[in-house]
Amino acid sequence: MALPIGVLALQGDFREHAATLDHIGVQHRLVRTVEELESVAGLIIPGGESTTIQKLATMFGLFEPISEKIRNGLPVFGTCAGLILIADRLLDGIEGQSTFGGLDVTVRRNAFGHQSDSFEIDLDFAGLDTPVHAAFIRAPIIESVGPNAVALATLPDGRIVAAGQGNLLGISFHPEVTGEHRIHRLFADLVKRAI
Amino acid sequence: MTLNEQSRQTTSSPLVKRGLAEMLKGGVIMDVVNAEQAKIAEDAGAVAVMALERVPADIRAQGGVARMSDPDMIEQIMKTVSIPVMAKSRIGHFVEAQILESLKVDYIDESEVLSPADYVNHIDKWKFGVPFVCGATNLGEALRRITEGAAMIRSKGEAGTGDVSEATKHIRTIRAEIAALSAKTKDELYVAAKELQAPYDLVCEVAASGKLPVVLFVAGGVATPADAAMMMQLGADGVFVGSGIFKSGNPAQRAAAIVKATTFYNDPSVIAAASRGLGEAMVGINVSDLPAPHRLSERGW
Repeated sequence: MALPIGVLALQGDFREHAATLDHIGVQHRLVRTVEELESVAGLIIPGGESTTIQKLATMFGLFEPISEKIRNGLPVFGTCAGLILIADRLLDGIEGQSTFGGLDVTVRRNAFGHQSDSFEIDLDFAGLDTPVHAAFIRAPIIESVGPNAVALATLPDGRIVAAGQGNLLGISFHPEVTGEHRIHRLFADLVKRAI
Repeated sequence: MTLNEQSRQTTSSPLVKRGLAEMLKGGVIMDVVNAEQAKIAEDAGAVAVMALERVPADIRAQGGVARMSDPDMIEQIMKTVSIPVMAKSRIGHFVEAQILESLKVDYIDESEVLSPADYVNHIDKWKFGVPFVCGATNLGEALRRITEGAAMIRSKGEAGTGDVSEATKHIRTIRAEIAALSAKTKDELYVAAKELQAPYDLVCEVAASGKLPVVLFVAGGVATPADAAMMMQLGADGVFVGSGIFKSGNPAQRAAAIVKATTFYNDPSVIAAASRGLGEAMVGINVSDLPAPHRLSERGW
């Protein structure tokens, strides 16, 4: 039997990701320990507070194992804080903040300003035939995409908000809270191909 | 909610307001009174900080009218940390809320910890672009606050005591009332709405989904990693810790320990490890020793 997709459940909206996977009929399990990490075929890193998730990952010995899994090709999908955590380069992080890395992009944390600048918008997304409804909540943006990654979605002003590279997918917004299931489907397909 | 035609963007929608609270789930929001404490909280893994002039334990000890904090102090904290910053307005004090919105705080807490400014009306929170969190001791109160536009609920507990018993009572009450609602037939929900003093449609929504339509945190009296884990096991989405951290012997260590216990709330060995060698907890007051007029949770309705 195929291994489930893991949802990193240290902090944030991991239950919404699990519910989205339920909705599209994909097996999943929550990941809080190294043992749980060993038993998944892919990993979703949810929205939340990137500094908190990173600290908890470090405290509980998950930081290096996740970085290593990414280097070894584990499919990983990050939304918002999750995008920050899989980016190779981070701007406006707090002192000492580091990322798992893997995705060849430069991400600026909390790039739109305060909560009052959070917004919803419809966006075209590479590989989907109709726009996705996207919610940006104190969201990061992808300032630049390196040679190994490709941009998958942009705002009307051209700023990049989604990128992919091999088995990695990182987006600034939250399909898990707007009822958008297709990006999770894309990731599930990616996991299936990687096995 | 405003729609910017040119960029096709919608800001301040209920989804965006409630959405930030969704991202705070599983986390700890800490009361801080200055930039230095805010930094300690952020470094310990807080998901947000609540900026206020005096923690509830000091408000309780010093007495007098408690009001919104100095904008200078709030701004200083906003400059110091990168995580969301919340600040408190008095119940019903819509001008304090307007000031906090103009400062661009990320969330406003219309809080019973401060002295109420209106004993009849709460703030009409739909008028604001910034989201609000409000306290509640039971389901009816929570639904009335959501009706007024609250995008997040925290059970009240009894702030500034370090006694978790009221927090326990309130989260248990809210969860039990939701369960009771879910067990009712459709024709019983009319009377249920009347008894809860809450709109019928909202009551039906809660009955059908078995949960509030917004995130539910616990507050008021949480002082130890075990307290935080217990609130999570009782069904909280996250915890507020007020006086419990910076009124204790070793705030940085205690803050990190509470963050750990909130994530691993179902793992006693992790909570045990987090509870070791924390030094003195806040001294605290037993809620049963508080004369009724000094119980903050009885403010608001």
